[in-house]
Amino acid sequence: MLAHFSVAFAAFVLAIILGEWQMFVRSPLHAWVNNPEHYYRSVTMHGTAMAYVLPTLIAMGFGYAITELALKRPLIGVRWAWGGFWLVIAGTLMASTPVALGKASVLYTFYPPMIGSPFFYLGVVLVVVGSWIWVALMSINLRAWRTENPGQTVPLAMFGNVAGAYLWAWTSIGAAIEILFLILPVALGFKDTIDAGLSRVFFSWTLHAIVYFWLMPTYIAFYTIVPRAVGGRLYSDTMGRVAFVLFLVFSMPIGIHHLFADPQVGAGFKFVHAVFTAMVSVPTLLTVFTIVASLEIAARLRGGKGLVGWVKALPWDRPMMLAVTFSFIMLGLGGAGGIINMSYQLNETVHNTQWVTGHFHLIFGGAIVIMYLMIAYELWPQLTNCAPLPRRLINTQLWLWFIGMLVLSLPWHWVGLLGMPRRMAYFDYTHPDLHAQAWTVTVSTFGGLLLVISALLFVFILVRARKSTARPDPFAFSVSLDAGVKTPVALNGFGIWVGMMIALTVVNYGFPIAQLAVLKDTNVPAIPVGGR
Amino acid sequence: MNSVSPAHDSAAHSHGVALAAERRWSVIVAVIITLLVLMMIFTGLHWGAMPPSRVETINSRTLHLSGEFVENNLGTSIGADGKVVARLIAQQYSFEPQCIVVPAEMPVTFRGTSTDAVHGFVVGTTNANVMLIPGFVATFTTTFKKTGEQLMPCHEYCGTGHEAMWARVQVIPPGEFMARANGGQRLNCVSR
Repeated sequence: MLAHFSVAFAAFVLAIILGEWQMFVRSPLHAWVNNPEHYYRSVTMHGTAMAYVLPTLIAMGFGYAITELALKRPLIGVRWAWGGFWLVIAGTLMASTPVALGKASVLYTFYPPMIGSPFFYLGVVLVVVGSWIWVALMSINLRAWRTENPGQTVPLAMFGNVAGAYLWAWTSIGAAIEILFLILPVALGFKDTIDAGLSRVFFSWTLHAIVYFWLMPTYIAFYTIVPRAVGGRLYSDTMGRVAFVLFLVFSMPIGIHHLFADPQVGAGFKFVHAVFTAMVSVPTLLTVFTIVASLEIAARLRGGKGLVGWVKALPWDRPMMLAVTFSFIMLGLGGAGGIINMSYQLNETVHNTQWVTGHFHLIFGGAIVIMYLMIAYELWPQLTNCAPLPRRLINTQLWLWFIGMLVLSLPWHWVGLLGMPRRMAYFDYTHPDLHAQAWTVTVSTFGGLLLVISALLFVFILVRARKSTARPDPFAFSVSLDAGVKTPVALNGFGIWVGMMIALTVVNYGFPIAQLAVLKDTNVPAIPVGGR
Repeated sequence: MNSVSPAHDSAAHSHGVALAAERRWSVIVAVIITLLVLMMIFTGLHWGAMPPSRVETINSRTLHLSGEFVENNLGTSIGADGKVVARLIAQQYSFEPQCIVVPAEMPVTFRGTSTDAVHGFVVGTTNANVMLIPGFVATFTTTFKKTGEQLMPCHEYCGTGHEAMWARVQVIPPGEFMARANGGQRLNCVSR
């Protein structure tokens, strides 16, 4: 658990420094980067660390912690858990070595027909296989608890945790098929052509739902930690369950919205995926309602009055209060942007521009990661037996993260609308059209700098935590308002939801995949990257 | 839906209030989502605003030898049906042609593909935005409102020269375009 978090945040700090370097060298503050390949190498490393290593380790570590804290029994399969951890570490090292050497500058989204070193892909596979061990352990532990507690309601934290595990197991299949059956045969030299269109369809299966895997720990924290940390009650336990199962059902059959501008999928399936993407905003809208209502309960318990006056009574000096506020603001802005991205037509305005970079930094780096940081702060006393962490320093760190993320990502949204493309190692600012946009890149660079300072402050707070002789208070999850109410059977298990998840994916992906699989002419020559 | 222990009357009451508030919010959510989807359907059908393309394949290894995308067929022309078509290919790290001429205020159909990696382009501040995937032909139709020159960068990472892959689009008055294109030429604005 502690090991998972330590490695996750080590990767996070390394990746955030690379990210800031990227921002700096492409800004007008710096001359053109001598070798653009260094830039893409850095982007590959930044993306791989932030998108695969950090959230996977957080989900795993948090999942093990939830198993012990919520089910109140020791984890079954500790040895297997360590096995999974070391697989993730081995995979991370195996993938990052060729990236660091410039042998796999294909970005974390792979982009066949470009083909990098096979070790990069094998490393990613090891990370995923390590996480599958976690998925199995979560399922086994839940089953053991059910056997001991027949007919009991599964604690909400564990329910969300296992939902996240099943979601990840199924969503990782898309990229796994792409790597194992399409990319690796070429990377290993058995084939020299690849179907780029089909690869993109498989990747889209993973690409969108993976963000809900990233999101799960954050939502578990919203429902099961935030209400307690601000001194309130969870408004509705049932609604939490509804949100988690809706993510299971609607995360996967929507990924083709990443391919709206692609020629290898027909307009009909693009529309179907757009409609389902609209559906996946439902669990988030429900969550925002439930958590804001939970905050209102906390405020009224503290003497808050009035239709909106209660907001003043919230415990604004508590880090969790700040974090959840910042997270919701970023989720709101990012979510509104997301609805623009997914809408069939508006997407054309922003597709593949800096807008998209701004969108996912705001949602993932902002709304989601700020709660990862809070999870670490919450669990640190349990893990290291340390004294309470310094509140004011944490608040400073959170403010820096929030302001930094807005300063970084809002200019990106703006220039994206002006058509600035993403993933450029440098821009020719002497061109009049680009000259007018140059200031935004400078502003974003300073936003990135704030994020680096905030990340370092975060690590400083954790590392400097003083040892305490007293045992920390036992960890408590939120108490819900409907605690006495019996949970509907369907919301205490996963059977039908997992069934719907698989069925909808097969329906929404089956035809596009089958159609591409039988098409002739679509295999194109591979392009080796990094001088294999 | 839920059974409540009768011992807690006030708890049951507050639970009822909570449920009613939740229901109201659920209805609002449903209305928002329905409106969004209806808007997509309406603009899709009424304006014919659809994302680009249907599934059309092409052999990326032989497209330079014969067929639609041979070099002297690239550029902008008026087809037999009177429609304006701009044909282009993308390759590491340039477009062919590097400068595309199109008329303003007339529908222009773009047809493009890639000879190697995945590319894409966006034309300046317009909504002309598409991916070029090797093995497939990307098609979309758009109308440029204003004359003038716009930048057209490759917007998908296609290798280490990606950042240098920029083309231009010149939008000229429709009359001028028709005069220049009438002989069936393939127009471009690459300076010779």
